[in-house]
Amino acid sequence: MTQTQDVSLTINGEVIARTIPVRQNLVDFIRTEAQLTGSHVGCEHGVCGACTLEVDGQMVRGCLMLAVQAHGSAVTTIEGFGERAAKLRAAFLARNALQCGYCTPGMLASALSYIESGGSADSDEIRAHISGNYCRCTGYQAIVLAISDVIKGQS
Amino acid sequence: MKAADFDYERPDDIDTALALLAQSDRDPALLAGGQSLMPMMNFRMAQPGLLIDLGGIDRLRGIFSRPDHVGVGAMTPYCDLAASEDIATHVPLLAMALPHIAHEAIRNRGTIGGSLALADPAAELPAMALALDAIIHVQGLSGPRDIPADDMFLGTYETSLNEGELITAVSFPKATDDDRFGFHEITRRHGDYAMAGVAISHTRSGHRIAFFGVSDRPMRSRTAEAILDENPTATKAACAALDDLDIQGDLNGNEKTKRHLAGVTLRNALSEMVQ
Repeated sequence: MTQTQDVSLTINGEVIARTIPVRQNLVDFIRTEAQLTGSHVGCEHGVCGACTLEVDGQMVRGCLMLAVQAHGSAVTTIEGFGERAAKLRAAFLARNALQCGYCTPGMLASALSYIESGGSADSDEIRAHISGNYCRCTGYQAIVLAISDVIKGQS
Repeated sequence: MKAADFDYERPDDIDTALALLAQSDRDPALLAGGQSLMPMMNFRMAQPGLLIDLGGIDRLRGIFSRPDHVGVGAMTPYCDLAASEDIATHVPLLAMALPHIAHEAIRNRGTIGGSLALADPAAELPAMALALDAIIHVQGLSGPRDIPADDMFLGTYETSLNEGELITAVSFPKATDDDRFGFHEITRRHGDYAMAGVAISHTRSGHRIAFFGVSDRPMRSRTAEAILDENPTATKAACAALDDLDIQGDLNGNEKTKRHLAGVTLRNALSEMVQ
């Protein structure tokens, strides 16, 4: 029999309480229970980075954490980054740093933590930081330039 | 894919975790940071019946500076190690390796105990433990015991942990001002598992050289260690001494390629060490 458990977490400032199967991962919970579909599900084994989101101030893979593990946590998704990511969004738009857009929420999440932790505009360092996020349209060059623009204050 | 069904428990203390782990009929597995177990469960390569989440046991997490060593709780994530002054000062080799372990989002969740218990032959942490002569503290229902890193890693995903035991902490000897360390790894992409890597410590007791990603387990080259103990600048001889190392090929390269890469990592790590 499927074991269920009550979980309650704050997602983008809103408390979401549900009874869920314990095997449900965090990104599935966010997409199906909270109906926030900005965080994407890609590889489901922690490689592609499409599900990157913030739990208690730290970026994590939403596919490698169970929703029950996030009980009591504050989660911020792409929908909740708001003003924090305004410059980044503008730079991605200006640089055409997305094609299909599947990787974009995870790219923005990873880029945001890089910028907020004082990352440099050096393209090698930016590339190393976003190495955990796949873009299969191969838009890396534009993505790196967009992140660099924000750090240089050009966006 | 999604993980198959399982039961989930999140105990508050080690004794409860051990009691759950002893329920072998429920096919239990310990969940540390989940950055390797969760992918395996999503692939359904692992299908535990009972998942015991160690995240609720506060005393398994933390970094403690003692007179001659630094103790690290098994559930301490990489991000805490990277932010720790004690690690930067007293265990500099670990600090050198940390940025190479996966990616930020993984380092925020992945734990030192999880990596050592999993014993992935290409992971950095087991080789760090070997090179630093770390002690792995474990506990079972029959009590605690210590496993020297030299005795810990037996093969791919295979350690000398007994059934029913869990890792509680790891102790790293504190480096002295005279100690020197080296680290180098070769990956296709930053954060990937290494195609080959090496960690070196040079202390008063001599050299310890631990390779990873080149066999079914992290392994020391005692021949190269002896050569460098004799003459710390004998890089060429040390690299040539890898001929007798039990290197095994994998998807990233055959045995010959791996042996070559092991030599490259050793040469680079030695050249970056301040003698």
